[in-house]
Order: sequence, then structure tokens, then C-alpha cells
Amino acid sequence: MQALTNKAKQVSRKPMSFMEKLYLPAIFKGMMITFSHIFKKKPTINYPEKQRPFSPVFRGLHILNRDAEGRENCTACGLCAVACPAEAITMEAAERQVGEEHLYKEEKYAAKYEINMLRCIFCGLCEEACPKDAIYLSETFTPADYQRKQFIYSKNELLIPHPKENEEAYLKALGNRPKKEIVK
Amino acid sequence: MSEEIKTIKVTIDNITIDVAPGTTILQAARQIGGDVTPPAMCYYSKLEGSGGKCRTCLVEVAAGSTADPRPMPKLVASCRTGVMDGMIVKNITSEKVPDARAGVVEFLLLNHPLDCPVCDQAGECHLQDLGYDHGKEATRYQFARRTFKKEDIGPYIQLHMTRCILCYRCTYVADQITNKRVHGVVDRGDHAAISTYISKAIDNDFSGNMIDVCPVGALTDKTFRFKNRVWFTKPVDAHRSCTTPGCCGKATLWLRGDEVFRVTARKDEWGEVQSYDGKTGWICNTCRFETKKTESWTIEGLTAISRHSVIGANKYKTLEMPSETVKKVMNGMNPKLLMDIHSVSGVNKPEIHLSEINGPAHSSDFKK
Repeated sequence: MQALTNKAKQVSRKPMSFMEKLYLPAIFKGMMITFSHIFKKKPTINYPEKQRPFSPVFRGLHILNRDAEGRENCTACGLCAVACPAEAITMEAAERQVGEEHLYKEEKYAAKYEINMLRCIFCGLCEEACPKDAIYLSETFTPADYQRKQFIYSKNELLIPHPKENEEAYLKALGNRPKKEIVK
Repeated sequence: MSEEIKTIKVTIDNITIDVAPGTTILQAARQIGGDVTPPAMCYYSKLEGSGGKCRTCLVEVAAGSTADPRPMPKLVASCRTGVMDGMIVKNITSEKVPDARAGVVEFLLLNHPLDCPVCDQAGECHLQDLGYDHGKEATRYQFARRTFKKEDIGPYIQLHMTRCILCYRCTYVADQITNKRVHGVVDRGDHAAISTYISKAIDNDFSGNMIDVCPVGALTDKTFRFKNRVWFTKPVDAHRSCTTPGCCGKATLWLRGDEVFRVTARKDEWGEVQSYDGKTGWICNTCRFETKKTESWTIEGLTAISRHSVIGANKYKTLEMPSETVKKVMNGMNPKLLMDIHSVSGVNKPEIHLSEINGPAHSSDFKK
């Protein structure tokens, strides 16, 4: 039969030599390689004390953004939900009332906003679709959990910390990912 | 000898058609259909006297008629220009028309707030379609846009004057369909605005049809306001026997689950209210705003939605819900749910009926 490739190697069936029969030199040779790694640079890091920087295109857990005054950007336009290939996003809109101007940026806002993290595939299409600079995929992983119901993220989990009340947490949640430019 | 029906020949984008005398270029183009038809923002075939205001339907007339084959010097508004025998019209084949139309779109959008993410018309807005099909990619306008003081024109209709393009369709509806017009266009030029005199509420039985004829989001359904996006609701054709004289009782229901979020008149391929046996299918306010129960309607079937429309996205193409198969194959045993979404999710709560709230939902409605 003709071989498909020329990479096939004939197995050597020669009887072992005396040195090979001793075994110890071969073991010693192998252990040399093993012990040499002690003196090499460690590729592992001590997570979570030390963390690697994320790639600039990393897409993690979603955040719902606020503007500089701390008002929610989201207007519940539904473009993220219609763009979502996994149908993970649901929302319910409400009208802003007098006295709520400090909470919501526009007259319509998302009264409920939920992302089902079991469905989400972290494709980032919601971020791309958003016309209001409201949803971002941040630089954190979705934490693991024991129960499914913990993965339905509502506004409580998604909203970014208030930029004035808790600036440090706000900047941390915002991350260093390059933000897309909003065409006005 | 029977009287011969005289027809005249007109060529639009190299397609020749015989039409009756007195037909406008736009109507002739609509008889051909397809891409040849110029877009129209203010012209409404069911409203007498409409047209000639927005100038989006501009076409080039390459030859006026057989008798006088000179071209018309300027682009003409096709909704107001009658055809002549032997007229040659260029719409999409013209070099001048796309540029002129892009200019018109730019003018229409000068003062438009572009608040589509908030606007309830988004997804079925003719100005949106026009802008995407014929407009330019970005605005060059850098000044403050015209704003108006917010005005309440009644419990059913929400007026957003900033979005208005002054097509006058709603005033024609009020003049021709309702027996008393209480609103109109006041002031002139840049200040022109739709208003009711002394903020008088519009309470006519057929006033709701203004919402259907409005090409933009200037007049929207207050009972549907912010309830849901158009493309998340499911349109079905339905009818009921309505006792209001003049109401056809045939409508499109926009459903979310089993809830009727919105009722509109049925639209034809030009985005106008459909006609039945030559009569325009206007619907009354009782059907539109007050009959929001599925039981009150006889559902005929799904409304045909253009393949290119966002409204058709993510929808089952049948009326029946997909049935649960697990119970059938497991000898009547129900599937063991790992999680019931309604016990966790705060969205679409079965006990909150958005369709029963008059007007938009507020923060208090979700606190139950």
C-alpha cells in the first residue's frame, strides 16, 4: 500500500544496547530536563493577587453607563435587544417624571433592564448597537455561581457606580477599554 | 358606439404605462410600483389636496409631452404634476434626482431632533426610511435646533412638535374625516407649529387617524407611549363589529404575548391606510384606544411585514405558540424546570399589565 504522506517512520526493532538496558542514564537525562525548569522563569502568576492585563478587545461583564452627572444613559430604545443574537436582553421602559431628572438623562428610561448571563455569548453587538453610550462590556468576568437564578442580572448588578458618590469604583468599572465614538 | 376610454402614455424610468388623464406622475409611478415610485412624505392618496409640501417626490421630466417634447427646466414635484401624453419621466435613472432628494432630506432633518431612541415611531417612521434610503450619512447642521414648548393635546394623542415636518396630513384628516377641526398649523416659517387653539383637547371620534397618517413621530399614540418598541410587538390583522358610523372595524393589533399594546389601521404597501371596496379604512377612537382586549377582536392572522423591515425581526412566523413536546413523549410528565424565569426576572411580570395603563408607565407602576 502506498503511504499517504512521507512522514511515516519505520519502528526500530533492534535489541537494546548495554547502556540502554541499564535505564539509569536515560532516567538521569530526563530528570535533568525536569530540574532545569526550576531555574527558568515561571509562566504562572498568582491569581487573584496578580492579574494579567486584558487584551484591548476583551469583552467581559456588561455595565450600564451613567453620564458625568450620574444620570443613567439608557433610554430603553431596544436596539441592544434586537441586535442580541442570543436574545439575552429584555427591558421595560417608563417615562421620566418631574423630579426624576437627576436620575435619568432623557424623558424615557429603562425601568427594568435585564441580561440573562446564561444566554449571553459576550459578542459585544449590544455595545455596538447602542446609540446612547449606555451599555459597555467591561473588563471583568461573570462570576461563577451555584444557582441559575443568580445569572439574571438586573439593573442593580449592571449599573455603574455613581461617578460623583463613588468615583473610584466608577473609574474601575469603566475600565481602560477604548470606547467607541458617538456620532452626534 | 360606446365611448372610448381615453388613456395617455407616460414613460417613467423607461417603463411605459397607460394611465387615465388627470393622473399625477406619482400615481402613475405607483401603478408601476417598485423602485420606480418616488418616496412621498406629505402626499397621501386618501386625503384630498395633500401633497406638494415636502418635495421628496421630485422627479426629472425629460420630455414634457409628444406635442412639446422639451424637458422641464427644473425638477418637479411628482405628486402635483399631471402626466401628459408622451411624457418621459426619470426618477431613479436620473442623475439630478438622487442629489436633489438628498438635499431635501437634509432640509427635512434640519430641525429634526433625531431622538429616534426615544421616539415611538422608530421602526415604522417614513422619515427614518427616507433618510436611510435617500439621505446623506451625517448632518452638517451645527446650530441649536428649533424647540417648542410642550403641549398637551388630549388623553389619546401625544404631540412632539420638534419632530414635525409640517406635511399638513393631520390637518387634512381633521378637515376631511372628522366633522370639526380643532387643530391646525399656527404661525409661519420657522415658527410654524401644529397646535390646538388655546390647547383645546382633540376629542373627535376619528382624531386617532392623525397618528396613522403622520409620517414621523410628531403625533403618536399616548396609550402606547413607551410601552414597547414597535419591532418587539407582533402585528396581527383583526376585526370587530364597530357601531361607530364610518369606522371599518378592521385593524392591526400590535401584541406582546396576549396583550394588545396598540391598535392601528391597516396599512398598504405605500404606508397609507388601506382601502376596502374603494372606501378608506379609517378606524374610530373606540377601536383604537379603548378596545385593548384580545377577546374583543377576531384575529384573522399575522400581518404581512416586509422582509426588510425591522418589525419582522425575531418573530415566529405562525400565530400558534410552539407546543411543549416533553409532556407528550414523557407520558404526561411535565418537564422539570431548572429555573422559572418569571420567579427571577422583573421584566414582563405576569401581574403587571402594561396595556391596561393609560399613557406611559412610570416608576410607580413597576413598584407593585
